[in-house]
Amino acid sequence: MADAITVPSAAGGTAERRSYLNESRGLWSWLYTVDHKRIGVMYLWAVLSMFFLGGVFALLVRLELLTPKRTIMSAEQYNRAFTLHGAIMIFLFIIPSIPAALGNFVLPLMLGAKDVAFPRLNLASWYVYVLGSVFAVTAMITGGVDTGWTFYTPYSTTSASSVTTMTLAAFILGFSSIFTGVNFIATTHKLRAPGLTWYRMPLFVWGMYATSIIQILATPVLGITLLLIVMERVFSVGIFDARLGGDPVLFQHFFWFYSHPAVYIMILPGMAIISEIIPVFSRKTIFGYKAIAWSSVAIAFISFLVWGHHMFVSGQSRLAGAIFSFLTFLVAIPSAIKVFNWLTTMYKGSIEFKAPMMYAVMFLMLFGIGGLTGLFLGALATDVHLHDTYFVVAHFHYVMMGSTTIAFLGGLHYWWPKIFGRMYNEKLATVGAALVFVGFNATFLPQFVLGFRGMPRRYYNYLDQFQPLHAFSTFGSWILGLGLAVAALALVTSLRKKPDAPANPWGGRTLEWEASSPPITHNFEITPVVTHGPYDFYPEREH
Amino acid sequence: MNGIRSILLPVAGSEYARSHDTLLMFILALTVIFFSLIAVLSVTFVWRYRRSRNQGPTPHMTHNTALELTWSIIPGLILLVLFLWGLKGYIAAGVAPLDAMEIQVTGKKWLWAFEYPNGARTINEIHVPVGKPVKLVMTSEDVIHSFYIPTMRIKQDVLPGRYTELWFTPTKAGMHQAFCAEYCGKSHSDMLAKIWVDEEAAYQKWLEEGDEHTRTMPLKDLGRLIWENRGCSTCHSLDGTRGQGPSFKGIWGHAQKLADGKTVVVDANYIRESILMPQAKIVAGYEPIMPTFQGLLREREIQAVIEFIKSLQ
Repeated sequence: MADAITVPSAAGGTAERRSYLNESRGLWSWLYTVDHKRIGVMYLWAVLSMFFLGGVFALLVRLELLTPKRTIMSAEQYNRAFTLHGAIMIFLFIIPSIPAALGNFVLPLMLGAKDVAFPRLNLASWYVYVLGSVFAVTAMITGGVDTGWTFYTPYSTTSASSVTTMTLAAFILGFSSIFTGVNFIATTHKLRAPGLTWYRMPLFVWGMYATSIIQILATPVLGITLLLIVMERVFSVGIFDARLGGDPVLFQHFFWFYSHPAVYIMILPGMAIISEIIPVFSRKTIFGYKAIAWSSVAIAFISFLVWGHHMFVSGQSRLAGAIFSFLTFLVAIPSAIKVFNWLTTMYKGSIEFKAPMMYAVMFLMLFGIGGLTGLFLGALATDVHLHDTYFVVAHFHYVMMGSTTIAFLGGLHYWWPKIFGRMYNEKLATVGAALVFVGFNATFLPQFVLGFRGMPRRYYNYLDQFQPLHAFSTFGSWILGLGLAVAALALVTSLRKKPDAPANPWGGRTLEWEASSPPITHNFEITPVVTHGPYDFYPEREH
Repeated sequence: MNGIRSILLPVAGSEYARSHDTLLMFILALTVIFFSLIAVLSVTFVWRYRRSRNQGPTPHMTHNTALELTWSIIPGLILLVLFLWGLKGYIAAGVAPLDAMEIQVTGKKWLWAFEYPNGARTINEIHVPVGKPVKLVMTSEDVIHSFYIPTMRIKQDVLPGRYTELWFTPTKAGMHQAFCAEYCGKSHSDMLAKIWVDEEAAYQKWLEEGDEHTRTMPLKDLGRLIWENRGCSTCHSLDGTRGQGPSFKGIWGHAQKLADGKTVVVDANYIRESILMPQAKIVAGYEPIMPTFQGLLREREIQAVIEFIKSLQ
């Protein structure tokens, strides 16, 4: 293997090895940086802060729901808390989490490039993200927002809360997302190392590429829609408000035209990480490389044609409902194929069950539940009963949290040695992952039953009959919170020790493992030349 | 299967609900089967092929066309069945029988108002006869609401400036809870309605006379019942807690400061006026959001509310 770069042992020399982390020092060297790795790290801390903030709101929401009527807050406060939880988690955490933080760091390395195609645009995207966050926080301080993250009209155009500021925040954040997408597409096309053909690219890159397509095509629609809301609120232009001659359902069409593809902006990167972790920790080539790669691209395109499945009971025509249901089932097939491919990759592998692999297996199960419960919602008759109940809440948490966030955590553990040059605490990480798994299921499994039994979502108060299941879910959220805290501890404590990570701790064959840990500013001493596929773990077989 | 069904789902209140449940239980069975497949395989592989047992080298398996076609086509066919089955129910739930009794429904923050073909009006509750199809013709006065009856397994958004429909043929007598399922603000979770499914005779009697029970009730108790069932409790507390409207506790005979700076003493005429013309006098610090109850309460019922407030000293 190309282990040309020597690895200093932890106890070794006193001088720290040269890397992107210590090349230059001081706050300004970070704020002015155009290095994709530093930008990735800045994104990482930013999205983790937002994950913490969104998590605090989640725990508050669950605590309030421990009992019917008032537990700790008023109805107005509750409505703001669940809105902020949703808006922060979606716009400020999940959407940028994997592409902008991990993707920014890893993608150019995987391609054997020195940086992304447009480094300045990359830095701009971070600043735009921060600006958007500032707007979002301003909205929270100046009265909060009580519309739900979906901003449905005419509620949102008549609400007295800071909807305008919040929609502007989401508008601005959209640009940061578009910048990242443009950068990844250009980088993938133009900056691949010699020998790195499309079918030799890691599946993570394929996933990022598919994600970028959606980011570029769908995000502008959200931006325009949110601006239309501002127009209606500020200038009373009748677009969505029936009293002004508008159509409230039109908003839902516009909104979901972005937000359903956005679901795939969130899940494709998660699948992309899993496609890296499973072959590396099974030391076995991926099964069905092309199927996985092209199913990502297929999902990216079909995802634009299924938005109406959020609107089966909205008053859209029955025919439209039928067509959207059909297309929704169509998009389920590529997802199922991926799961079977990952399982087959593990078959007869040589499996090392460390924290990243634990998260990958958790992903398979939780995404399994998330995907399969989607069948209840894709089928028209059952969706009518379950729409806007806790069943939907549980379903999308299994996909957003149970799948994407779990994959993000797996990827964070997987690339942590590469990013910071230090091995995380394996034992503690294992305990954290197990607690997250137990806590997550304890929180969200009862919510499926709540939904079956008819408990609507976004309810401050509820009938006494639902109390035991709500209480169970709230207890689960505490275990989940504890698990995440332990996982954070396992990672962050490693930052205090000396760099001890070898260049390739897991035996991966994609290019980022040929760079040192952490990499030098220009990534590679010599531009690598690729002569094998991304998951060929046995060089002697290469011809 | 029926045991699981009764744990997971509420009572099935109509034939449609029964057939819906068959589909739901079918999907549940698929979910359990496929999830078990994923869970068992992944755990088995992790254990059986753990590195300490299987050092490799691992086989070089890149693809297998027959296998991949199998696991694409079989799920594809299952999904097609689900699509058609779901569509069948969706169409059945969408087309009301021509002889259905129509009830007009108006949703507004945060109550449901109903009007019968004979002009009878109710708030937050309706009575319907068992075994007869009922069609709800719904609209909203403000934002989007959604009328949801879990026991009938039906739901439909209620939009401003437009009519939407929902229908069901109840087969089970008793109370069926309805919810607002589209988030509509502060008291969204209290925007509930009760659907009383009565035997034919009981229904006819209710139509003519209202409730036997309420007709003979003392005024004060009737007042409390109206407070609970007709939407007052959503905004007016009995314990002094501030809601969307002033609490009823201890206001009788006391002066109230109004938004226009005047004061008014709470007496029978003031309460009567506030029920029928709620915008006439607004208590300082509150918004003029109360809907009128003109035509919704019988004369005796207004008296009952007055007596009830009087009793809350």
